[in-house]
Amino acid sequence: MTITLNGEKKEVPGDITVIGLLEFLNIQHQRVAVERNEMIVKKDHYGTTALAEGDSLEIVSFMGGGSFVLSSEISVT
Amino acid sequence: MSNDNLVIAGIEFKSRLWVGTGKYKDFAETRKAIEASGADVVTVAVRRVNIIDKSKENLLDYIDPKKYKILPNTAGCFTAKEAIRTAMLAAEAGITKLVKLEVIGDQKTLFPDNEATLEAAKVLVKEGLIVLPYMSDDPIMAKKLVDIGCPAVMPLAAPIGSGLGIRNPYNILIIMETVTVPVVVDAGVGTASDAALAMELGCDAVLLNTAIAGAQHPIAMAEAMKYGVLAGRLAYKAGRIPKKLYATASSPIEGMIGS
Repeated sequence: MTITLNGEKKEVPGDITVIGLLEFLNIQHQRVAVERNEMIVKKDHYGTTALAEGDSLEIVSFMGGGSFVLSSEISVT
Repeated sequence: MSNDNLVIAGIEFKSRLWVGTGKYKDFAETRKAIEASGADVVTVAVRRVNIIDKSKENLLDYIDPKKYKILPNTAGCFTAKEAIRTAMLAAEAGITKLVKLEVIGDQKTLFPDNEATLEAAKVLVKEGLIVLPYMSDDPIMAKKLVDIGCPAVMPLAAPIGSGLGIRNPYNILIIMETVTVPVVVDAGVGTASDAALAMELGCDAVLLNTAIAGAQHPIAMAEAMKYGVLAGRLAYKAGRIPKKLYATASSPIEGMIGS
């Protein structure tokens, strides 16, 4: 199925949970936070939150930055 | 002096110099500069994980959250809504409840949008976050932020990245008289004497990034900042002499030859 992941369309296996998605993407889930359709998914719910076609997911982590960071500088990390 | 540690919301901070992690050449340089600065508070941005290139290293592989206090920030947010969303995600990452709340009002000056900052702070305090707001050097704003539950305030010294130093020391002094919580000068510091001045005024800590990362020799500047903050703090606690217009002799007159 197709979801929007960090702003880009992404093909992922159907019938997948948040934890399944993180494993599929090979992302360590200790240091990330996940939003599904603009709602935060609690870590305890990663295993039970099933994704649906057309979902919008945001996966964020910590990057270098002090105060305001220009978008062009973000990718430098 | 052994127990001069800063405490905010029950959290004890071992250093009064706090540093950012942006604008460095690479993570190795970031780590070296932070080590040289002696800072135990490190502010970080919240950004999308790079899905395409997973080989990219994670900042937290270089900055150990067990060794440093991680202070996530909402850098780059222009609305209260964005800042709240970013701060909540930062908290959900599970490392800390601390957040440096930053809502920018204008692209050119990067001055904070104080109204939106207050609005976001109210929500985040209710959500149980420890909100440290970046704000203008405005005593009234400081009071409003403290009244809604911010356990410290972070007025700017000068625009972010400007290196102009403390533009209005009197406002900073009035902020310290207005609120009883710690005051952390955030943004605008250019060199070690600026950091020292902030501490001599009686500020509780200094947060900076560009002054170190943008210096010709960041690691040397990090060390300079460490001593600037330490010297300023010691001078503040020592109690400086009052400023006077005329000279005061420092040697006794008595016993001079020919008297």
